[in-house]
Formats: sequence, structure tokens, C-alpha cells
Amino acid sequence: MMDAVAQPKTAAGAQVDEKPYLQIAGIVKKFGDHFAVDHVDLTIRRHEIFALLGSSGCGKSTLLRMLAGMERPTAGKIILDGQDITALAPYDRPINMMFQSYALFPHMTVEQNIAFGLKQDRLPKDQIAARVTEMLDLVQLRKFASRKPYQLSGGQQQRVALARSLAKRPKLLLLDEPLGALDKKLRQQTQLELVNTLETVGVTCIMVTHDQEEAMTMASRIGIMSEGRLLQVGTPTEIYDFPNCRFTAEFIGETNIFGGQVVVDEPHCVEIESAELGGRIQIDHGITGPKGMQVWASIRPEDVRLDRGEFTPAPNAARGKIEDIAYLGSYSIYHVRLPSGKVVKSVVPSSRWYEAGEEPPTWGESVNIRWRPDLPVVLTM
Amino acid sequence: MLRSILERFKPGKGAVISVPYLWLLVFFLVPFLIVLKISFADQDLAIPPFTHLLKYDGDMSTLNIALNLSNFLFIFTNELYLDTYVSSLEVALFTTLACLLIGYPIAYAIARANPAIRNVLLMLVMLPFWTSFLLRVYAWMGLLQPNGIINNLLMSMGLISQPLEMFHNQFSLYLVMVYAYLPFMILPLYAHLVKMDVTLLEAANDLGARPFKTFWTITLPLSKNGIIAGSMMVFIPAVGEFVIPELVGGPDVLMIGKVLWNEFFDNNNWPMASAVATIMVLFLIVPIALFHRYETRQLEGKNV
Repeated sequence: MMDAVAQPKTAAGAQVDEKPYLQIAGIVKKFGDHFAVDHVDLTIRRHEIFALLGSSGCGKSTLLRMLAGMERPTAGKIILDGQDITALAPYDRPINMMFQSYALFPHMTVEQNIAFGLKQDRLPKDQIAARVTEMLDLVQLRKFASRKPYQLSGGQQQRVALARSLAKRPKLLLLDEPLGALDKKLRQQTQLELVNTLETVGVTCIMVTHDQEEAMTMASRIGIMSEGRLLQVGTPTEIYDFPNCRFTAEFIGETNIFGGQVVVDEPHCVEIESAELGGRIQIDHGITGPKGMQVWASIRPEDVRLDRGEFTPAPNAARGKIEDIAYLGSYSIYHVRLPSGKVVKSVVPSSRWYEAGEEPPTWGESVNIRWRPDLPVVLTM
Repeated sequence: MLRSILERFKPGKGAVISVPYLWLLVFFLVPFLIVLKISFADQDLAIPPFTHLLKYDGDMSTLNIALNLSNFLFIFTNELYLDTYVSSLEVALFTTLACLLIGYPIAYAIARANPAIRNVLLMLVMLPFWTSFLLRVYAWMGLLQPNGIINNLLMSMGLISQPLEMFHNQFSLYLVMVYAYLPFMILPLYAHLVKMDVTLLEAANDLGARPFKTFWTITLPLSKNGIIAGSMMVFIPAVGEFVIPELVGGPDVLMIGKVLWNEFFDNNNWPMASAVATIMVLFLIVPIALFHRYETRQLEGKNV
């Protein structure tokens, strides 16, 4: 997960067009009194791989189904490549979807599945055959052309589903939990394979996933959804390093969040008085907000340093007792309980201790935690 | 030792499987063999009214086996019997087709209905079974007769001056046949349609297939087994149907059930009746065997 962040991906290969290609404007979907999708605005550029990320029930699938035309939005507009498609039936949209369950037609062979969409367009037979062969080569399933779906492995079925959804050269490809049905090992391998395929084809793509690793590996931009709202949109790096709210900060990766009030607000320095930390958090940039305002500071566990020795009260520092240690080989996660009762997580590389010639701290030991003032992120909601 | 014997013969499994087999043996196979035996006998003034196949001649010390083939020869050379078979199969075929055309939309609508009312709709389909089959046919007689409820109503409203002829003819026969057998078509169709994955239809839509095309290329092929099962459930009993043609069918409708009745009770010709029945069973075994082979193939190639 963290490795994926260290190497931010742009929409590799294809150049991303800055002009909006797909515009989602003020989309609302209500089921009874419940807002499944609550006024979502989103712009997608050509050749982009965009991921909608959120936990189940956040409305991401409903949004995807509205793009596919399977749900009618209660309000709002969808404009694709200059065409308003909001009221278009699914079979009239230049959009294809790869279903989470793949939805391969069980009574048709791989070939027939891929050809199905092309036949609906009444293309000449030789053109259909050529396109099917091209798709089979793309997903490397030529040998399996005459098999039925049940005769294929999960990974192969996934590739057939991909080939089928790409066969019509859709203007927009929708992927609903594209790797959700695969087991973990196969998933990691397939992620990159899938991205490569999508980039080869150069299709604009929106995927829905609840797996942040999947979103960060595959997508050039991510939109975080919760309770029907789109909370933040950005590249994986932006979202990880500069979350705009507590939900995003906690949803993407692990973080420590301290609530507090702004006590000092200078252009180059903010200080937050946090009872949870038992001291002040100092940040080396300003925020716009009144003094006394309730804010939260998010600090990633890998940015929290641990050390022993004398504790001198200072901003961005506290002393606590080690309550739990998760040893994960190359690094360990320490859970340090502060006097306020707050537990702070700190990720410490194993090399940290032998480089310093120290024994790693152990359960019950009192340690100091601290971090650099440029690292915390201030959140106002 | 005992354990290995038990494991080899799996008496538990065998006992469970043996129940239906025993049932079929005692109530289907044995009676059929008896009927088959009688069909090779000759009519006789005795009780029961047929000759024995095996006769031991004490004087000559020989066992005589007399297989009387004349019944079968007679059936195959007599146009009346052949016409009756054809007409029975025809009535059953058209009844099946009509049930399919009417039953499919009903089954489809129930399968796609809100799950909360699905069971109520299914109950409505099965509700007629609460009344005896015979009573329901009599009810139709009351409705369709020249001085029945429908004709009386229409005449009293002045819509017609003469009673409509809708009793004791092809119309009344098919009407009541379809009415009686429709649930047997709907239930297996429903069972197949309800478990169909709706995302397949969404996928077809998504790939550009309009609703009718989706139905034709996805729903219909995937409900093939339901269509076959429902058609069998209607066709097989419809071939041998006796009560409906007898009570509401026209005098010109020849049905095998009626012939059987005549041979058995009017002519007291048990061997002839048995031969007619045997040939009917053979007629029905062909589609059943085809269906069975198809099903086995489906099972071997996993469920499709």
C-alpha cells in the first residue's frame, strides 16, 4: 500500500487530455427518502483511469449504474463527449460495463460472448470476426475461444468479461469491482495486467472499488465517496498526503487523528492545543480559520518517531507507554498509549534500532513520540 | 471389518435411494409388465377375461407359450386406432403449445414480480388444485353449455339471439385442456426463470441489446430447461387424457383415453385395451428418453 504511494502513477502511457470528457453535474439518486447519491459533481478527462473508492453502501455502485443507464438519476446531468446521455437507455449509450460477477452469458462460448455486443450493432460478419480475434489476442485467450464460461478459471473469466466490454470500443468503460471476485494473490498480478490492457486500448475508464490498494495501483485519479457524497478527488499522492477531511485521512491508509483548538494562527505557523495529545501540535504553515476553531490534525504512523530518553515537553511530542507491538519483519507497528488515553500508532523500520545500537523497545516501556512540524495535515471536518 | 463392509455398501445411502426406486418398481414397472403381458393374451370368457400366456400340457409334457400378436397387428392395420393416436398426440401438442404461449408470460411476470407478492401470485396459480379436478370440469360444462351461464347471460343482454356453439367441440376441448394443464407449465417455468441472474439481462442491455432482443437471445435460451420440463408435464398426461374429451370434447374427438375406456368397459376386451395402452406408453417413452438424455448431458457439462 505504502509502496504504491511512494511511486505515484500518472495515467501512464496515454496523454491525458485536459478538456473535460465526461461531466457529471449535480447527480442525485434517491431511493425513497434515502439519498444513495447526493449531488455529485465530477469531471473525467479523456484516457483517464478514474477510481471511485468507498466502503459498501457509499453510493459508488449506484453512481456507476447511473452512468451505465441502469438507474435513472433523480436529478442532474451526465454529459459524455459533448452529448447529454442522462436520459439515454443503456443499449443506446456508447458505454460498456464490466460487471463484478462478470455476467458472462453461460450458454454462449467465449467467442460468442465477445461478439454479442458487436452483433447488436449489426456489423458485417467478417468485421465481427476480426474484432473478436483482436480482443481474444488482447486478453490472450485465443486458445479458449470455443470454451463455455464455466470451463474457465476465475482469472480467465475476468479477461473474457474485459474483452467483451472492450469489444465495442466504448467511449467510456465502467469497471464494477473489477478484481473483487479473484483471490488476493491473483488480484495483485491482475491489477497491473488490467492497467496495461486499458492503456494499450487507451479507453477512458471509471472503476468502482472498496479496495484502496487496487484504486491506488490502477487509477490516475481517485474519488473518495461516503454516504452518497464525493468527499475528495485527486491523484493517489494528493489524497494520501493531503486528505481534506477525517474520513479520507482514515479511509486511505492508517493515520493518527488529534482533535484540538487553534490557539496560534500565523501565516507560517499554526498551533493547536490538543487535550488528546496533552500538549500543542505545531504546524509550519498557516490555515484560514478563526482562533479557537475546532480542527483535527492527522499524522501518519510512518511519520511518528519513537525514542527513549529524557522527555522534555515540546510541541509535537508526548510520552506514553507501549501497549502493543506488531512485528511485521522489515518494520513494526507500535501502539503507544498517552496519558489522555489516546493510542498513537507509530511505524518504525526495524533498521532504526540496530543502526542506533539499541534494543527495540518492549511492552510496557515508556517512550517519547514526536514528529516534524511539516508533516501533520490540518483537517477542518 | 464391519465398518469396511458398511462403508462399501453404504446401507444408509442405499436405503434412501431404494425408496423411490421401490415405489417406481411396485407402482409403475410391475403394473406395466402386467399390462404388457395381458396385451399378448387373447380375449376369453373367463375371469379375468383373457387367456394365459403359459399353458402346461400334461399329456405332451410341454409348456406352450402363446403370444397373441393380433391385437398389435390390428392396431397397426386399423385406421381408427392410428387416427386416434395421431389425434391424441395432436391434441396434446396443441395443448402444450397453448400452455407454453400463455404460461410463459405468466411465469415470467411472477418471477420478476416484487418478492413480497411473488408467493401470493404462485398461490393463485395453485389455488384451483384446492377444488377437485372433476368438479372444475363440471363447472366448465355449466359455463359452456348451450343453456349454460355464458350463453344465458349473453342472450339476456340481447347480444346474441342463438346460443353460441362452444360446447362439445374443439373449442371447449382445448379451452378446458389448457385451463387444466396451465399450472403444470407455469410452475417449472417459474422455477427456472426466478433463479436466472438478472445481471445477465443488464449485461445484454449494456452491450446494446434492446429488451426484446435480450429476451430472445438471453432469457429464452436460458429458460430452455424450464420450457422442456413444463412441456413434458403438460404433454405426457395430455396424451392420455380421458375426462376432458369425454365430458366437454366433441363426439368427433378421438382420444386414446376414450378408446381405452371403450375397449375395457364396453367391449370387455382387456388384451386389446392393454395393447393400446402399451403402444401409448411406447409413444411417450421416446420424448421422455430424449429429455432424459438431454438432462444428463446438461448435468455432465455442468448446469447451463
